[in-house]
Amino acid sequence: MTLPTTLPTRSGGAPSAPSTAQSIALVAEREIGSKLRSKAFVISTVILFLGALALVVWGGFSAGNSSGTPVAVTSDAVQFLPDGSGLDVTDVADRSEAESLVTAGDVDAAIVADSSSPLGFAIIADSEAPTQLMLTLAQVPPVELLNPDDTNPALRYLVAIGFGIVFLLAASLFGGTIAQSVVEEKQTRVVELLISAIPTRALLAGKVIGNTVLAMGQILILAAIAIVGLTVTGQGEILQGLGAPIAWFAVFFLFGFILLASLFAAAAAMVSRQEDIGSTTMPLTMLIMAPYFLVIFFNDNPTVLAIMSYIPFSAPVGMPMRLYLGEAQWWEPILSLAILIATCVAAILVGAKIYQNSLLRMGARVKLREALSSR
Amino acid sequence: MLELRGITKSYGGRRVLDDVSFDVRPGRLTGFVGGNGAGKTTTMRIVLGVLAGDGGTVTLDGDQVTAADRRRFGYMPEERGLYPKMKVLEQIVYLARLHGYSKADATERARTLLEQLGLGERLGDNVETLSLGNQQRAQIAAALVHEPQVLILDEPFSGLDPLAVDVVAGVLQERAARGAAVLFSSHQLDVVERLCDELVIISAGQIRAAGTRDALRAEHSTRRYELVSASDAGWLREESGVDVLEFDGGYAVFETDGDETTQRVLRRAVAQGDVASFAPQHPTLAQIFKEVIQ
Repeated sequence: MTLPTTLPTRSGGAPSAPSTAQSIALVAEREIGSKLRSKAFVISTVILFLGALALVVWGGFSAGNSSGTPVAVTSDAVQFLPDGSGLDVTDVADRSEAESLVTAGDVDAAIVADSSSPLGFAIIADSEAPTQLMLTLAQVPPVELLNPDDTNPALRYLVAIGFGIVFLLAASLFGGTIAQSVVEEKQTRVVELLISAIPTRALLAGKVIGNTVLAMGQILILAAIAIVGLTVTGQGEILQGLGAPIAWFAVFFLFGFILLASLFAAAAAMVSRQEDIGSTTMPLTMLIMAPYFLVIFFNDNPTVLAIMSYIPFSAPVGMPMRLYLGEAQWWEPILSLAILIATCVAAILVGAKIYQNSLLRMGARVKLREALSSR
Repeated sequence: MLELRGITKSYGGRRVLDDVSFDVRPGRLTGFVGGNGAGKTTTMRIVLGVLAGDGGTVTLDGDQVTAADRRRFGYMPEERGLYPKMKVLEQIVYLARLHGYSKADATERARTLLEQLGLGERLGDNVETLSLGNQQRAQIAAALVHEPQVLILDEPFSGLDPLAVDVVAGVLQERAARGAAVLFSSHQLDVVERLCDELVIISAGQIRAAGTRDALRAEHSTRRYELVSASDAGWLREESGVDVLEFDGGYAVFETDGDETTQRVLRRAVAQGDVASFAPQHPTLAQIFKEVIQ
């Protein structure tokens, strides 16, 4: 039988095997490429970015339109009120009554007569002076803060939700992605072709790295949207004190995600069908959701936050939160990061073992003990 | 040469492979034939290293097969499937690159091979949009793209139309001609018979026959002849040493007890009338197969 065309001749014979680094890069490249071409992924990512943008813009919009900062004014300080200031004024009898309103949170600040001030009056506020009030004053009087160390509770809550939800979304999205990708290869037997070409570890590493790059990319773009958006819409003051925690969050997320991704890949390798993924990844999904709920319910509980900030699975949320609140010493994030990295290395080793032992076992779910045994 | 020696495998006490031994020679097409559940796929998976045998050895040119050797194996698994949402060409290029080809080389090889297999029009389509037959061709490309020296193909012809069978058969023969050792399983005995230089017949986990096609035929051949004559061949029944198996006017199939008898019958046939055909009847692979698995 003759053939219409012939293959390129065996010039040079078989190529030499790609290096491990090349193999990993090829696998990672395919992971990223196939994800970026998935419509579902692109659409959900765009929605996520638009949502973040909308939140930031809406925040700026409502801040600009607020019906005036509530302030208390004692009768002897009424003369110091700026004209047409858009302030929501409450008259009070004396300084102590003003302070109690500020402490209770009924007003953001109080304007009281003060003979020691060169302007003849002073501002009393809880943890920080309201920006809008300060802007309307021609000259800035002394500010007395009743609880200078306190963080605004609403803002604290928002920051907690922010870290929590970003971690939850990114980790579950890409954790799920890596699990699906592992099972897809197993289900279609592509894996049998892949591991005849490259080592199993290179395959696992490529998958973890590819998805980590995607997840980090998403996190960095979200951070950029938040920072640029807040600055452009004039809410820059929220960012004060958030810069370092966001940077730490990114670092913690990087290792936290590698940790989770290795475990997700291992868990997924234990089943042979997409429908069964849930049965082995369920514990991991719980691990991802825990920090989110913990930080929302306990963001004002220093003890819970301190514990969270050292447990590898919740450290990416807990430690930046404590840094933001100023509750952590300078060495604490470093120690926590060291614990996280050590756990990460352990997870990669255990994950690789499970992955290797389970990858070619089709059919029924592989038992964890068998997956971990030396054979 | 790829040599299997004494391969055994049991699943939960049930022995699915029992002392399986045979050779796959370079430059030859070896057909691997057996019924459902006979152990073909299990044997192939053990050769590929995706399954561990309980005992026995697989050697290549005398040395135990290693992971490095297996990089030069090409494999087509029984369950078909590449990445469903990846384009055909990209997929084959990816596999070639994993075997160490540069991007440019990989692309050229993949394109040429896919065109040769008749997928030239579908290079940019996702695998899941291809018909099953075309997916199968893509799968064959995946097994061949890195110029393997040993090819292990599990049912490469199932589900292909006759033209596609010819195309794939041509590609495999070409690979063998270039020195590859090719082992493939098939249920299509006629295709195996037409293509294969060597045959391995397995039944219930045991090798029942192995060797070249011609040797196997000779071994199972009988003194069976077919006569097509212009006149009635009823006289055959009266010849001594002749056992008539089929008879219909001028057509008869019979066995003789020796060459002498055969020659006598031939002379008489010519004397009786015009002979259109007088030929030994070779057993078909299907007949041999049925015979050896019993």
